Amino acid sequence: MSIQKTHSEEALGMSLPTRKVESFHYTDLRALIRELPEPVKLADTGGDNYQRIMPAVRLPFYDGQFFADIADELPEGVTVTNGVAKANSTDINDAIIGMNAAMHGDAILIKIDGDGTSEVPLGLAHVANSNGATACFHRVEVAKGVTAQIIDRCVSGSNINHLSNSVSELTVGEGAKVDWFIIQQENEDASRLARLDVDLAADSELSIFILNAGGKLVRQEIKIGVNGENSNLAIRGVNLVGDNSHIDVTTILEHNVPHTNAEELFRNVVAGDGHGVFQGQIKVAQPAQKTDAQMACNTLLLTDEGDFSAKPELEIFADDVICAHGATVTDIDDEQLFYLRARGIDEKTSRSLLIKAFVDEVVEELETSEIMQDALTSIIDNWLDENI
Amino acid sequence: MLEIKNLHVRIAEGNTEIIKGLNLSVAAGEVAAIMGPNGSGKSTLSYVLAGKDDYEVTEGEILFNGESILDLEPDERASSGVFLAFQYPMEIPGVPTMNFLRAAINSQRKAKGHAELTTPEFIKKVKAAAGELNIPFDMLKRGLNVGFSGGEKKRTEILQMALLEPTLCVLDETDSGLDIDALKIVSDGVNALRDPLRAFVVITHYQRLLEHIVPDSVHVLYQGRIIQSGDKSLALHLEENGYADVIKNAA
Repeated sequence: MSIQKTHSEEALGMSLPTRKVESFHYTDLRALIRELPEPVKLADTGGDNYQRIMPAVRLPFYDGQFFADIADELPEGVTVTNGVAKANSTDINDAIIGMNAAMHGDAILIKIDGDGTSEVPLGLAHVANSNGATACFHRVEVAKGVTAQIIDRCVSGSNINHLSNSVSELTVGEGAKVDWFIIQQENEDASRLARLDVDLAADSELSIFILNAGGKLVRQEIKIGVNGENSNLAIRGVNLVGDNSHIDVTTILEHNVPHTNAEELFRNVVAGDGHGVFQGQIKVAQPAQKTDAQMACNTLLLTDEGDFSAKPELEIFADDVICAHGATVTDIDDEQLFYLRARGIDEKTSRSLLIKAFVDEVVEELETSEIMQDALTSIIDNWLDENI
Repeated sequence: MLEIKNLHVRIAEGNTEIIKGLNLSVAAGEVAAIMGPNGSGKSTLSYVLAGKDDYEVTEGEILFNGESILDLEPDERASSGVFLAFQYPMEIPGVPTMNFLRAAINSQRKAKGHAELTTPEFIKKVKAAAGELNIPFDMLKRGLNVGFSGGEKKRTEILQMALLEPTLCVLDETDSGLDIDALKIVSDGVNALRDPLRAFVVITHYQRLLEHIVPDSVHVLYQGRIIQSGDKSLALHLEENGYADVIKNAA
């Protein structure tokens, strides 16, 4: 039996997953984007929708297109090439990668061969200024032994109705140390489908931080191939799920070699009738003995209308591993709230103090600069002020 | 200052009546001790004064400076001068104690129409008060009560009381979990706040605390009512003889 193709499926020349596909059970992509907006052909570089949050070497992208001529000067050891082949290592069956390949947009290769971004990060600064669909592909290669910081941030002007697709590939070389930040601040009508695919080499360290603070429909996939022994991985995130929004973070960790560590921690806040999703898959292959993988997902559900679905999934074929996962969903603690109010702090302020404390803990755990922590905290504070 | 008349209280969820016609008056400058066996309603009384919504007042009145406080929210009661030192102070991870103190002080100042304290003013005030209570300043940078010992939590309660300068202080078993040294520090902190314009309601199981904080009146709470009142000698009598004869005489 064939079903009628949606407008999106016609436009992309591919079928989109429904909730019957297990990994899209909570995010029915086919139903959520029946209509694909027209592709943005001519990017709009105007407007002042992008406010810098901290010093960074800025690589500007408008409507998915890279503008080398207005980029900041690159530090030594960093090269950027536009017009490379898309997605060469990744899962071709993935819907987001498939869409990226089918859509119009730039493909950038960034090679980081020196420590030039260890103090001032490299910023992939994405701004959506036009209505329509955009796509972008980045491949970032961090060489052996290099320390690098990369921020992938996207913002969109209010009233801009757009769908963006972003696929990134990151290779972390032997002994390299990478901090990767995803800061998503789309407007309340925007959709963003994103994927980060990582190849982690031996003795490397990777810290990923995701902040979702906007968007109407957001799916962020992260797939990590833990392919080098003695590598350390930390994925942390804060998902601020506003009224009328759907935010999905799906992570897949594939431990393929022995002696690796991974830690995942997410804190989520759901306001209004927001829907949040976290799917955390940890696969430990038979040779990957002595894997230590910990995963936790904690949610503050502020209303009866909102919901959050958390699905931890462990597939373990090695027998000498430590893997643990835990998910909690709670409301604000009444006893804590009463304690604060009994000291004269009004209810609204007390509630926001408690919500902020809940998410700030994740930011405080980051081993990053104070300036980065302050930037992240201020985005969180602004979101809480506007949404709680 | 505080006048409780024929107070009846039940747990909001369910019908269990805990306070059953309680009468108590405490004048400005007075320290009133409330004693009583377990389950007599002592902690309930403290929560009802602070405005916890787990309890429902079904009858009677609580007047504070002549005005009913029953319709006031907990934060409004606090700003009007009611302070409860909790038996079990809450741990709030992620809220640094200093941020909490600042939010509390400034909320109450705002409610009274005063300007917020500047950062140097605030820090100076906290440092001085913390010093008096032997609280290391660095401890206040940590999450509120997180990882504090029992004694540190109680001292932090008294620190809050000193900084917020309430006019009615309710101490709910502040002596529980304290060793002798901590008990002395806490009692000294309370005694330093004794003032002709300030009243204390000190809820305790033990005479021991009352050796340090000498009460003007002692009241025995039993089955939700005050069954006997007296001066500080009543506490000594209870310490020696237990509650049995007081309860028997009241029956």
